Amino acid sequence: MDSSRRRVLQLLGLSALGLTTKPIRDAFAQEEEQVQAQFKKGENALTAQQWAMVINTRAFESEGDLEPLIEACHKIHNVPKLENKNHEIKWIWPEPYHNAFPLKAGRFLSEEVEHRSFLVLCNHCENPSCVRACPTKATFKRESDGIVLMDFHRCIGCRFCMAACPFGARSFNFRDPRPFIRETNKQFPTRMKGVVEKCNFCAERLAVGQMPACVEASEGKLTFGDLYDPESEVRELIRTNYTIRRKQMLGTEPSVYYIV
Amino acid sequence: MSDKKLIIIGLVIFFVIVAFPLWYHFLFHGGKAAPAPELELTDKAKAAKVCVRSTQYMTAEHMQLLDVWRESVVREAERVYVSPDGKEYNMSLSNTCLDCHSNKAEFCDRCHNYASVRPYCWDCHIDNPKEKS
Amino acid sequence: MLELAIKGTKRYYGWMTFLLAVIGAGFLIYLWQLNVGLRITGMSRDASWGFYIANFTFLVGVAAGGVMVVLPYYLHDYKAFGKVTILGEFLAIASVIMCMTFIIVDLGQPMRIFNVFLYPTPNSVLFWDTVVLSGYLLLNIVIGWNVLEAERNNVHYQQWLKPLIYISIPWAISIHTVTAYLYCGLPGRGFWLTAILAPRFLSSAFASGPALLVLLCLIIRRVSNFDPGREQIQSLAKIVAYAICVNVFFFLCEVFVVFYSQIPEHMDHFKYLFVGLHGKGAYVPWMWASLILMVIGIILTVNPITRKNEGVLAVACMVIFFGTWIDKGLGMISGGFTPNPLHHINEYIPTLPEITIALGVWAMGFFILTVLFKIAVGVKEEVRA
Repeated sequence: MDSSRRRVLQLLGLSALGLTTKPIRDAFAQEEEQVQAQFKKGENALTAQQWAMVINTRAFESEGDLEPLIEACHKIHNVPKLENKNHEIKWIWPEPYHNAFPLKAGRFLSEEVEHRSFLVLCNHCENPSCVRACPTKATFKRESDGIVLMDFHRCIGCRFCMAACPFGARSFNFRDPRPFIRETNKQFPTRMKGVVEKCNFCAERLAVGQMPACVEASEGKLTFGDLYDPESEVRELIRTNYTIRRKQMLGTEPSVYYIV
Repeated sequence: MSDKKLIIIGLVIFFVIVAFPLWYHFLFHGGKAAPAPELELTDKAKAAKVCVRSTQYMTAEHMQLLDVWRESVVREAERVYVSPDGKEYNMSLSNTCLDCHSNKAEFCDRCHNYASVRPYCWDCHIDNPKEKS
Repeated sequence: MLELAIKGTKRYYGWMTFLLAVIGAGFLIYLWQLNVGLRITGMSRDASWGFYIANFTFLVGVAAGGVMVVLPYYLHDYKAFGKVTILGEFLAIASVIMCMTFIIVDLGQPMRIFNVFLYPTPNSVLFWDTVVLSGYLLLNIVIGWNVLEAERNNVHYQQWLKPLIYISIPWAISIHTVTAYLYCGLPGRGFWLTAILAPRFLSSAFASGPALLVLLCLIIRRVSNFDPGREQIQSLAKIVAYAICVNVFFFLCEVFVVFYSQIPEHMDHFKYLFVGLHGKGAYVPWMWASLILMVIGIILTVNPITRKNEGVLAVACMVIFFGTWIDKGLGMISGGFTPNPLHHINEYIPTLPEITIALGVWAMGFFILTVLFKIAVGVKEEVRA
């Protein structure tokens, strides 16, 4: 091939490449129109610097006492009930003491504690290892109130966050969850197969001025509030009770406190 | 150029394959465009007269609008949309959009099918928030 | 040069057809997985990674192992390896492609994979892993292809390749280091939370990669007119010998720390793998087999009498390849997930569909490897003739 012909082909290729920039230029033109609209928080929205939860485990006598809280959460968030243990999805569930606090389990534990059920859920850590691990920022710590959230639209399902979470708080949709949702809450989306999910501290309820579903269903056994407000109810409880957190020595700074 | 014949045959096959949508359309559909879908508005939508933005803007840009909405709701915790004319809306596909356009089949699907796009919104977002069950 | 890959013997075509059949089977099962989700695998809420990621990890090692022929030739001017560097580079290409495919088949939403680049996240090790793996692939394609073409045309390769070759050496180290960092930076996973993990990965890489190369060299000598050379094979074998010794040493270092300190968080995983925990121990025979294979490998490669016998050497290399595969492939991932962070024991056993998909990926890798090696050997034969 002689060089002039090659040159012409090169030029043609470059011009074709130039044509492909049109969508990019269009996108910039649209940005301008978008600017006119505004976003804001709802008027009733509850706000905090870092949401935190205090669980009074002494108030729960048996696993049955936890049931209504779990039910409330799983129902409004369309959490499916899968028979296969491997594919289980759970946002909040009961665990015995030595599983909830594996490093704190004494050998001759108080019998009462041994038989108590502990509510476990995402700790919404202040220094979350799952957020560090996510390669797409699909899971992120919300600046405004410290909730560790998931963007299901963006999750690629790599499950790095599941390996990174020291609390086993995350579930993966090994299959389409929809057929396994008993009663769908139509106000809330479901998930699709191939994404990770977990407790969202009821971000959708806080936005309209409601407390998280489990807190509401607990009749005062769970307390929710701002960790950095010295006047808040959670701070009052932490101040006046001996509380523990799960795997505190790992430095993730969980925001869920347990009165034992 | 001893392979001239082969090259030409190859090129012809290539162009026949590339042009498949065109000649298929002309041969089997007479070259006429399929009729544009007609979208039905529910009574509620008709009564409201305007959507969150102008009809023209919504037709062309609703996907971008929804994308911006989801970014704002999921990541920024800002769930209220203030349109340029000052009206406020809860940014929710199922609870706001489909509240008016509760006829997804005659509104969303018709056009999406025509354009042969399959948005996966409905894999998660409930598509019939008003119907029982 | 690609034309060299389509002229072959009946046996060559038979082999390629066989590989295509395995790829096809794997691909069909993958379509099923794409349709119904990862439920067809043995993975669970507790063992959230499995066979795919295990093979990915092992193959990053094989890819990095290729540097063991590049480094002595370009840095130490060890002329003998000039003959085989291209094999190391092409092995790296095939391995990295397998790695990437294993990542893709492991994703829950593979069509969103470009989110990794759309929302680059420097704090995620997985982001860096995609960066270093794609970089390594690109480097090896550019270097391998151009150096081979230069050899074919009887000219010295282009000067601008030199810096790329030098970059590719630390880059090879980086791919396996970053892969180890995927695991060893996670709080609450006692099995992986150890600084020796990256060195351990590298030592097993420098054993398994060159071991595979020795085997490939022996095969090439049989099926073609190109002899990679006795000295080359012996030098590679010495590298394998040192690397497998270091690998076992690092492993013992870890065993000492874990069992002398007696910290349950770290000990339980080892117990699960080597003696079983609370009645669960599917991996016990595998792990002991791995250890025994590696020790046999050491004996056969360190001892000069057995090493110099190429028949025995072939056995030694196979033994080492499988031993490190079990250690890094099977044990490393499932051992890290069992027991889970809440100390429940939920064993992970790969399922048949999962294994078929994995075999398909391996077959694809070997298909690419065969094509590349066919080209390389073809050029060598041409030049010699």
